[in-house]
Amino acid sequence: MPAKLILSMDGAVMKEYPLNKERTTIGRKPHNDIVIDNLAVSSEHAAIVTILNDSFLEDLDSTNGLAVNGTPTKKHFLQNSDVIEIGKYKLKYLNDQPTQTSAADFEKTMVLRAPVKIAPSEAGSKSPLDVTATRKTEAVISTQFNTTNSGMPPPAGQLPAAVVQILNGPNSGKELELVKNLTTLGKPGVQVAVLARRPHGYFMTHVEGGSFPTVNGSSIGEQPHQLKDHDLIELAGVKMEFYFKT
Amino acid sequence: MDIQDALEIVSQTNPGMVRSHNEDSVTHDADLGLVVLADGMGGYNAGEVASGIAVSVLSSEVRHRLEGARPEDLDAAGEELGPALLRDNVKKANSSIFHAAQSQPQYAGMGTTIVTALFYDDRVAVVHIGDSRMYRLRGEVLEVITRDHSLLQEQIDGGLISKADARLSKNKNLVTRAVGIDADVEPELHIHEVEVGDIYLLCSDGLNDMVEDEDIGATLQMLQSNLPLAATQLIQMANDNGGRDNVSVILVKVKGRFAAPRGWWQKLRSWFGN
Repeated sequence: MPAKLILSMDGAVMKEYPLNKERTTIGRKPHNDIVIDNLAVSSEHAAIVTILNDSFLEDLDSTNGLAVNGTPTKKHFLQNSDVIEIGKYKLKYLNDQPTQTSAADFEKTMVLRAPVKIAPSEAGSKSPLDVTATRKTEAVISTQFNTTNSGMPPPAGQLPAAVVQILNGPNSGKELELVKNLTTLGKPGVQVAVLARRPHGYFMTHVEGGSFPTVNGSSIGEQPHQLKDHDLIELAGVKMEFYFKT
Repeated sequence: MDIQDALEIVSQTNPGMVRSHNEDSVTHDADLGLVVLADGMGGYNAGEVASGIAVSVLSSEVRHRLEGARPEDLDAAGEELGPALLRDNVKKANSSIFHAAQSQPQYAGMGTTIVTALFYDDRVAVVHIGDSRMYRLRGEVLEVITRDHSLLQEQIDGGLISKADARLSKNKNLVTRAVGIDADVEPELHIHEVEVGDIYLLCSDGLNDMVEDEDIGATLQMLQSNLPLAATQLIQMANDNGGRDNVSVILVKVKGRFAAPRGWWQKLRSWFGN
């Protein structure tokens, strides 16, 4: 089923328009696909370009502009339930195509054989492909990172927050909250272990070094080891306690 | 340094959390510095068949042609042998898959993506088709050094959609080029300089659709001293995030220089195997 727009004013639904064309125009003049006969609307106000299941809204240099979900915009990649505002009129965008994040079948890679026309547009929305990762190296403790999580399921559902507290040495008493997906512990080149936050718990795995870290006095070997509340960890001569924050 | 000592290579593949079978194929040849990854598509087991053909054509043909020749040798056309072998054998894999699909109805329409790289003479030649990628971690910077042949990438290039919005697209997984779909295919070939310390990641879209580039980069940096663990961790992250597709990774760490012997003495030494 194609995506559609629902035109309304002051909460009263006026008409429904399926987005079944590659280009759907909105304006005051009768040749538009969606005609809004109101002086606040420019003769050719906006266009929506639809490519397969994605639709893109573009302001055609209208006099009074447009807004999406309350934010004035020139160009917008429409998402289900977005509300386009043109003067007093509202156009709600509905696209109940299963998102690829929910239906496995849509994930199947397919070959697109006919070249698809892409509406030319000025750059500006381009962003560099390069992604810079940041790195922190401290003597004993911790490099961490977190997911930015756009369009991804939340990583750790109801997993309680956990902390590693250092029990000896110069950093004794220091607490390290495990808020990131991965946290490394130890001294690079000497002994390093990684703590991974997974949906069903926290796991420690040996990364490098001649000996394995110990939990409650016994070596964890090479395999990931799930940590329990109040486990005592020892690596590179540093003793730490792992516990859940309540 | 010999290529097998200069590189550390790890490859892993996993069906993911949703799919019943694995249509990805991976292989690596440490003696040659060759890595191949393919993500097949097609009904029943046709996807595995296509990716399997691609990987075996590449690995066996390149190995065969490099017996008694070096990748930096020039061929009759004045082109280096290594990159030419990658490109020509991707074309060869294309016709093998295409003909298999034509002659056997259960394989009709099968195809595969491919990304393959040959490390030689302090460089890497990369050939790819489709949306399987090669990344490079150099210092703290993770870069995609292949450009997907996909509708989404074309939309990004055309300025229609921003890189940040690309994750919201409902048109992922539409490749504009694939191996085995048509009688002919145009492989994309690039040659990059390699530096000691670089880590190269080849992956199927099951990884980069499920795990943000930022997380991929951080994982490679934090776990670079233990390459098998880094590969396991990447696959685990894709599966923890839903694992909706097969996920494959090949990691190549550059531990030393591997320039081709230049002078007559070096050549002689390498001739006698040092």
